[in-house]
Amino acid sequence: MFRLPVSKIDDLFGTIASSRTLYLPVDGNDGRAKYDKWSEGTKMSDKLNTVRSAKSFFFPQTTNICDFNVNGANVEVVDIREESEDFVVFGVRACDARSFTILDKVFLAEPVDSYYATRREHGTVVTMACSEPEENCFCNVFGIDAAAPEGDATCWIADGYLYITSNNEKGEKFVESISALLEETDDSAVKAQQETIHGIVEKLPFGKVSTDHFRKNTLLEIFNSEKWEKLSESCLGCGTCTFVCPTCQCYDIKDFDTGHGIKRYRTWDSCMYADFTKMAHGNSRNAQMQRFRQRFMHKLVYFPDNNNGEFGCVGCGRCLSRCPISMNIIKVIKEFGEE
Amino acid sequence: MQEMIDRAKELLADGTVDRVVGWRSGEFSYDITPGVFRSAEELDESFIYNDLCAPNLSKYLIKESRKEGKLLVFLKPCDTYSFNQLLKEHRILRENVYVIAVPCTGKIDVDTIKDKGIKGITSIESDGETVTIHTLYGDKTMPKAETLGDKCRTCKSKKHVVYDEIIGEDGEVNNDGARFELVEKLENMTPDERFEFWRNELSKCIRCNACRNVCPACSCENCVFDNPNSGIQQRAAVNSFEENMFHLIRSFHVAGRCTDCGECTRVCPQNIPLHLINRKYIKDINEFYGDYQAGEDAMSRAPLNAYTFDDCEPGIVYSRGGKA
Amino acid sequence: MQVNDTQFKPLIVAFCCNWCSYAGADLAGTNRLNYPADVKIIRVPCSCRVNPMFILRAFQRGADGVILCGCHPGDCHYTSGNYFTRRRMTLLFSMLDFMGIEKERTRVEWVSAAEGAKFAKTMNEFVEAVTKLGENKRLEDLRCKK
Repeated sequence: MFRLPVSKIDDLFGTIASSRTLYLPVDGNDGRAKYDKWSEGTKMSDKLNTVRSAKSFFFPQTTNICDFNVNGANVEVVDIREESEDFVVFGVRACDARSFTILDKVFLAEPVDSYYATRREHGTVVTMACSEPEENCFCNVFGIDAAAPEGDATCWIADGYLYITSNNEKGEKFVESISALLEETDDSAVKAQQETIHGIVEKLPFGKVSTDHFRKNTLLEIFNSEKWEKLSESCLGCGTCTFVCPTCQCYDIKDFDTGHGIKRYRTWDSCMYADFTKMAHGNSRNAQMQRFRQRFMHKLVYFPDNNNGEFGCVGCGRCLSRCPISMNIIKVIKEFGEE
Repeated sequence: MQEMIDRAKELLADGTVDRVVGWRSGEFSYDITPGVFRSAEELDESFIYNDLCAPNLSKYLIKESRKEGKLLVFLKPCDTYSFNQLLKEHRILRENVYVIAVPCTGKIDVDTIKDKGIKGITSIESDGETVTIHTLYGDKTMPKAETLGDKCRTCKSKKHVVYDEIIGEDGEVNNDGARFELVEKLENMTPDERFEFWRNELSKCIRCNACRNVCPACSCENCVFDNPNSGIQQRAAVNSFEENMFHLIRSFHVAGRCTDCGECTRVCPQNIPLHLINRKYIKDINEFYGDYQAGEDAMSRAPLNAYTFDDCEPGIVYSRGGKA
Repeated sequence: MQVNDTQFKPLIVAFCCNWCSYAGADLAGTNRLNYPADVKIIRVPCSCRVNPMFILRAFQRGADGVILCGCHPGDCHYTSGNYFTRRRMTLLFSMLDFMGIEKERTRVEWVSAAEGAKFAKTMNEFVEAVTKLGENKRLEDLRCKK
């Protein structure tokens, strides 16, 4: 365990940014937190979490995959991938840190997604414990400890000091690169803060929500439930929940005609959209209820079925605070759990 | 609220209507979901109407009024404008809807409170003047005026323009023009500043379509952005142009039909002040073609569906507004 | 203004109504009146056919200026088309200005079939105004650039 005074945090950021790009949560013009590049004078946000999740660092909303240059009858395929540079994402919360392991299961399984893998390789994730969890948090339901986030290295802010420890080889390298600023210390202050955090988590309104129902019951029973109709009755069919979600990973691949060639890119897609499953024969999901059901079935039933029981939700609470009509995964879990 | 539930029960019981469109309470006092209630028990269980029921229910009636049977809907003053506008466009079957007008004194916006740095909100109580906010980290109070969302801070009208019956007193139209203050502020900037402002705002757009899907004026069955043959990208593209295009086209489609209900800004997850674009159109229409409020009645022609022989020329744009 | 080769040459898209302005452009041609070759004319049945999206699309694909020409108000072949155009474009141009797009990049002119000279003059003036503004950088799609 190492520490440095919080007053020297700008020196820390300066040191990190001197050798690679540093991203951290900052407050935008509107006061809402978002991840942004650090430069001299940038202040870290003290909000609990960013509006959009940290998944964009590894899985950006749009990625240019390749270009086709068209010259008469000749079509040239251009690999536009550039040499990726190393970067550090600082201040990731426990929920987002876990989301990376969930995304890894999708993108790093064979066949490996090389765009994602390259970014994962070059990125170092430095997490930050949540000293003030909020009402929408329920990460503990999925076995995530807000007081001890995963990631390559983990930080705590307590008693005017920033405590930092590494969790793996990449993290060790990171801590080593800033070691000039750090002093070695014991973990008593961190232990004390962890206890406080656990105390708060204990009191969170959704901390004790049970997901047992989704383990006990058969897929078809949940799928055919009449409850979906009522749950989805006012769903607008927008993509807000999927786009702020740290674990939603569906995308679409599109071609853009530039007039002198084609740009092929991939872009986040949302199962809430009416054309999500549109194919040559038509659409297999014609009602919003079916789309709505798909999103929650994927997170709570299909994903765990395929991944040794791990749910596809990390309890970050973003969909709870952002849904225009306040329909969310907690209401779905509770509706099915209340039998 | 009890008065509304009692009246709804009466209408359900005597067979005037067979379902009620209203607001359903959630886990906290503020996560309210629009819903359809079919029985007295259901109403008792989860019907709610308070200072946090912001969602505009009129758009749901496009689908709901086409189903069998008559429904009861509760509409706030600004919702009645959207309702009227949809009637004008023949999107709602009026004979299937029984409208009860309910008063509104402005809706509290949780995000506005959160933006003040208040964390862990578990419930919000309002007595109409003061708002008490219970959080995981202690209680706070503030005047209600400070907790209002963008859509309510400059309310255009507390008058209901259409209803079958009314609960409480009808209010007045507010013509103080305060809602155009921010638009004017932007107009007085230089084009460079304006461009910077909008670039900054619109580049935040994640193309979630929440603004479009919630908008009562966006009632096309097939949106142009969902038509793959339209040549417009319906998802985020690898360029900033499409977000410009999306918001310009969407706002133009609703120009002259937008009632300024402010739902677009309320639902935007990226906090883009989309209502300013619509208000610019409203302000321009008022200045060029005379005062017009969409949804005020269900008969008059929309300004873009009408003309006079002596309308101003498009060249007027060169000689007005802003610094050069 | 004499434009030499090294100078910036704007790409102008001109939407011309079939009944008046397109015939006006024709007349300018038969009268051997000069207007810059950078003006690309798109013939439309009526100025009212021009969806605001056409104008934005032209900018996206690299136009530096877009001009819309139709019959004089009162002379529309379809009686009232250009009255609707007038309202529509007034609002659109005002919005583009509101978004910080240079207002000189867009224009509406009424040109009748007999006004070949006016057509040439309008185009010359417009090209000159857009040349002064330089390249359109605010409403273009970078992907469309070579």
